Amino acid sequence: MSNTVMRIGFLPLVDAALPILAHELGFAEDEGLGLELVRDITWAAVRDRLMYGQTDAAHMVAPLAIATALGCDRPAVPLAVPFVLGLNGNAFTVSTVLADALMLDNSLGDPFEIGARLKLEAARRVAIGKPLRFGVVHRYSSHNYMLRYWLAGVGIQPDRDVEITVTSPPFAADALACGDVDGICVGEPWNSIAVDRGVGRIMLATAQIWRRGVEKVLAVRLDSSNADTDAIERLVRALHRAAAHFVEPRNAEANAAILSRSEYLDAPSDTILRATTDRIRLTKGADAIHYPDFMFQHREAANFPWRSQAMWLYSQMARWRHAEASEAGFAGAAKVFRPDIYRSALAGTDAILPGASAKVEGANSVPRGASSQTGRLILGEDQFFDRVQFDPDRAMDYLEHQRTKPMI
Amino acid sequence: MRIAIIDTSTTRAAIISDGLREAGLTDLVIIDHAAGLATQIERAAPEVVLINLENPSRDMLEDFFAMSRALARPIAMFVDQSDAESTSAAVDAGVSAYVVDGLAKQRIKPVLDLAIRRFQAFSRLQAELTEARTALADRQAIDRAKAILMKRKGLDEPAAYALLRNHAMRSNRRIAEIAEAIVTSEALMGDML
Repeated sequence: MSNTVMRIGFLPLVDAALPILAHELGFAEDEGLGLELVRDITWAAVRDRLMYGQTDAAHMVAPLAIATALGCDRPAVPLAVPFVLGLNGNAFTVSTVLADALMLDNSLGDPFEIGARLKLEAARRVAIGKPLRFGVVHRYSSHNYMLRYWLAGVGIQPDRDVEITVTSPPFAADALACGDVDGICVGEPWNSIAVDRGVGRIMLATAQIWRRGVEKVLAVRLDSSNADTDAIERLVRALHRAAAHFVEPRNAEANAAILSRSEYLDAPSDTILRATTDRIRLTKGADAIHYPDFMFQHREAANFPWRSQAMWLYSQMARWRHAEASEAGFAGAAKVFRPDIYRSALAGTDAILPGASAKVEGANSVPRGASSQTGRLILGEDQFFDRVQFDPDRAMDYLEHQRTKPMI
Repeated sequence: MRIAIIDTSTTRAAIISDGLREAGLTDLVIIDHAAGLATQIERAAPEVVLINLENPSRDMLEDFFAMSRALARPIAMFVDQSDAESTSAAVDAGVSAYVVDGLAKQRIKPVLDLAIRRFQAFSRLQAELTEARTALADRQAIDRAKAILMKRKGLDEPAAYALLRNHAMRSNRRIAEIAEAIVTSEALMGDML
């Protein structure tokens, strides 16, 4: 086995865990792969380094990988997503002032109830000429689309009733602290850091909006001369083993200690540990509450790149006019996710390999079995908070309905 | 051609703008990093934006440009992809350029090349500064270690230095490292020695 070195770009976030652990714990080395991790502070920088060959792969928000591959805001660069690094793990955190106005208590409330109160507050703020401002981590981020999906679902028009701005994750808590924004949607540990600093309060987990929402992915370039399919497959296998290790409860503390190091997240390990063990402290000084599957890294073939997940994200990009509403767009987005590479990389291992490459998203109100080539695949509850389902075979109808249905 | 420079380091912004001026590009706007970035750019209406790759405002800037396009106003986008080589060199040097859509490639190329050279010059300056600081710190540690050895062991200065040097050579470490260890242990247990 030849010894290949791959450079992987990442942002300091808990869901960069798998490439970090694959490197630190020797899973990559077992595959004859040397990893070099390259940290940045904005998604634009992570993307640029990947596009111009300074990195071979990247930890990336899923919609940005799709936007880059399809050329939504610039000339297209062929990217592929052979592995999903995790589902959910983000939260909506609001300033303590807004938390008081919304009468939040020490629980993750009901998205509809909080939404109704937020709608009143948003209208009040528009009336006094200071609309509510929310920060998301990139235009093409799951955070942006999860926030917009929830707002629209509770009758708040994202482009009219509030302002949505962009702030990179390590600066999200600062933006809250100085009053630049009233709320942020960001990944961990940055919500918890805002809470511990006393500048914010966690309002909802994104898992409450879409129970199995695709979050970060591994993006690779396929056209570059150094695109090495064999190396990519070895990386997928190393990440698969890192994921299995990551979700073992007995490894949680050691993993958090690694992630907390200055070259990775540079954040307190107990803050990281709360996120990775689904125990979330909502407000400063309170006990952490347990919210199962707050972040979801491995079970139920969570790392499998379902084409339907890419298509759902595209439906939201098109819904908010960040991408073209067309069958061709949906087909293009679906092709960015590469279940075929996942399957060929993990054939002959203990990994569960789903038989299909797409599914109806949000269809399971209870766990249900699904076909698989190897292993037994049970898919858990995966609903959207409004119980609407996304059928990838009827993507244009879904989009049409979302664009035209009257706001509540 | 109006060029906006966004940089968290005022020194670097100055180095870049000096270079651009020397090249005859005098219509420059230097933009404060955080405060009202979008408004400032809107007001300046530049044809080219130069920004540090590590600038935390880059995601915000891209969002702003994308929204401007939707509103059919002057459009900005990333440097022409067809010239991957110089774009790659720019990323390598740490500079990102956003250019107004339709700006001829031959017009942006010299600006970008110049920005790359200036960014590299800045990195060299930074490296030299760090080196100078380290050298100074090393010098101080060695002087203090010599003083400690002279006092503790009753040596003269050349002998104290020779002792340091020999120990460094034997243990395959830098003289400054040995000196630091001596200074640290003196600080910790000076009374016990």
